[in-house]
Amino acid sequence: MAEALHAGLHARELRRDEARERLTMFGLSLPAIVLVTAVIVIPVGWLFWLSLFNDEGMLSLSNYTRMLESKSYTRIFMTTFKVSILTTAVCVLIGYPFSYCLSQLPKRWAAIGLFAVLLPFWTSLLVRTYAWLVVLQRKGLVNEWGIELGLWEQPLKLVHNLNGTLVGMVHIMLPFLVLPLYGSMRAISFDYIKAASNLGASPSRAFWSVFFPLSLPGLFAGMVVVFVLCLGFFVTPAVLGGGRVVMVSMKIETLIDLFFNFGTASALGVVLLVLTLAVLFLAHRLLHLDRVLGGGSGP
Amino acid sequence: MSWLSRPASDIQVTHGGRLWLYLVAGLITMFLVIPTLIVIPMSFSDSQYLEFPPRVWSVRWYDNYFGSIEWMTATWVSVKAALLTVLVTTPVATMAAYGLYVANFRATRFIFVLLITPMMVPVILIAIGVFFAYAKLNLNNTLFGLVLAHTVLALPMCLIVVSAGLRSYDMNQERVARSLGASRLKAFLLITLPQIRFSVVSGALLAFVVSFDEVIVALFISGGDMSTITRSMFLALRDQIDPTIASISTVLILITTAALVLAQVFGKSDSG
Repeated sequence: MAEALHAGLHARELRRDEARERLTMFGLSLPAIVLVTAVIVIPVGWLFWLSLFNDEGMLSLSNYTRMLESKSYTRIFMTTFKVSILTTAVCVLIGYPFSYCLSQLPKRWAAIGLFAVLLPFWTSLLVRTYAWLVVLQRKGLVNEWGIELGLWEQPLKLVHNLNGTLVGMVHIMLPFLVLPLYGSMRAISFDYIKAASNLGASPSRAFWSVFFPLSLPGLFAGMVVVFVLCLGFFVTPAVLGGGRVVMVSMKIETLIDLFFNFGTASALGVVLLVLTLAVLFLAHRLLHLDRVLGGGSGP
Repeated sequence: MSWLSRPASDIQVTHGGRLWLYLVAGLITMFLVIPTLIVIPMSFSDSQYLEFPPRVWSVRWYDNYFGSIEWMTATWVSVKAALLTVLVTTPVATMAAYGLYVANFRATRFIFVLLITPMMVPVILIAIGVFFAYAKLNLNNTLFGLVLAHTVLALPMCLIVVSAGLRSYDMNQERVARSLGASRLKAFLLITLPQIRFSVVSGALLAFVVSFDEVIVALFISGGDMSTITRSMFLALRDQIDPTIASISTVLILITTAALVLAQVFGKSDSG
């Protein structure tokens, strides 16, 4: 009896010890928490607070209602969505067959393709944007070669417009689609395809009814990442768009840089943030994106 | 029997039937690689329009770059900021990853999400928020402010990579060391860290690249003598196509490649 009580006390003490130790270990994450709170949470919260005041310093929603009333803001949001959707769509169209090809090749050959994806991934975004500017400009490589080959006679306007922006953005976003998609395709066991063809499916039938559905989680994960990154994109449209493609983030920059208008800029930023979080939340709920992002903890 | 009619896989598809797929993949490979590397030969062109292949070779754009005090200052600011960001981010992220992994409360999931918010919030919003806060604290145009902001931007990637490394590591090894009398810190430094070092080095490399490549936050919070190289490049690009930037781009590619090679050398063979 006494012994059992003693053991119980021991167990409780051990549990308490363990809890204390886990709390201490948790303390190790404090520097990171403090940094993120000081640099992200407080400043962004502050901006949110600023967005609730009008130009006279009165509490009002005018910064938000203006967005709904003014045509220019509607146009900026339309442009942002158009560019993001088009970029994501083109990335899917060329990224899917590319990833599929890599996933079917022997590992050694696939490594070459993966290198081709990782090289731009590691290269400065600004460098790649600049490269496209040089390649697509009036006297650039594409125009020179096109004229030399007799494909067109006058230099085409390939950059400082929507098309140039899209080319650059697809180039920058493609790795973000291919990497998760390739990973999920490699994980699909080839036995399923063999089983399908053993049961009489043609190769294309086996692909569409078996392989394609199994690759969808990876595809959606890549699409969400690309779309969300596109929504907030700044550098590439600013350089390759030549002022003709105005996305939300560029409008925010202009509002601060030229007019020092924190209220309106913050309201735009808050809307952009809400849209981004809504996409991520939907993706998390519908597609279980957290597995792809590698979040979570614990053994 | 040629290679084309041989089966490409265990089902009846032949390499010939897949030829179109190989062609498409080849074209996409070229689309990915060529624009990334083409600035290197172009930067040696003598022409204002950077011909490819260059008709006359010259290093005049490199002279422009290395001879300019502004570009050199900006390069040093970027290198210093990136190295300091690595030195701060790597231990902070590793501590957080280890702490959250070992503590394993229900709340740690939320803390994890909080710590990766810098990756989810649009960078432009972070930029103006930090700019606004720094204006109150007099931190704009300081190296300290720049490193602080870059550290937070680099934290999520580093944290994710180190956490992934820890998850594939068998924690029992550390328990063995501790039961044999090693302190927690000693067990971590001698047993765990060497085994997750590839993840830690990858995280450090990511932190370097995030900081070195960052434009938008630097656009707001670093100006004058504290302007980073990418900020100066961006501002120059918005106005005109300056061929000097081709030479700078080549140097940037070299720096990133060097960092990647170093990471390969130092972090070789690891369970994570």
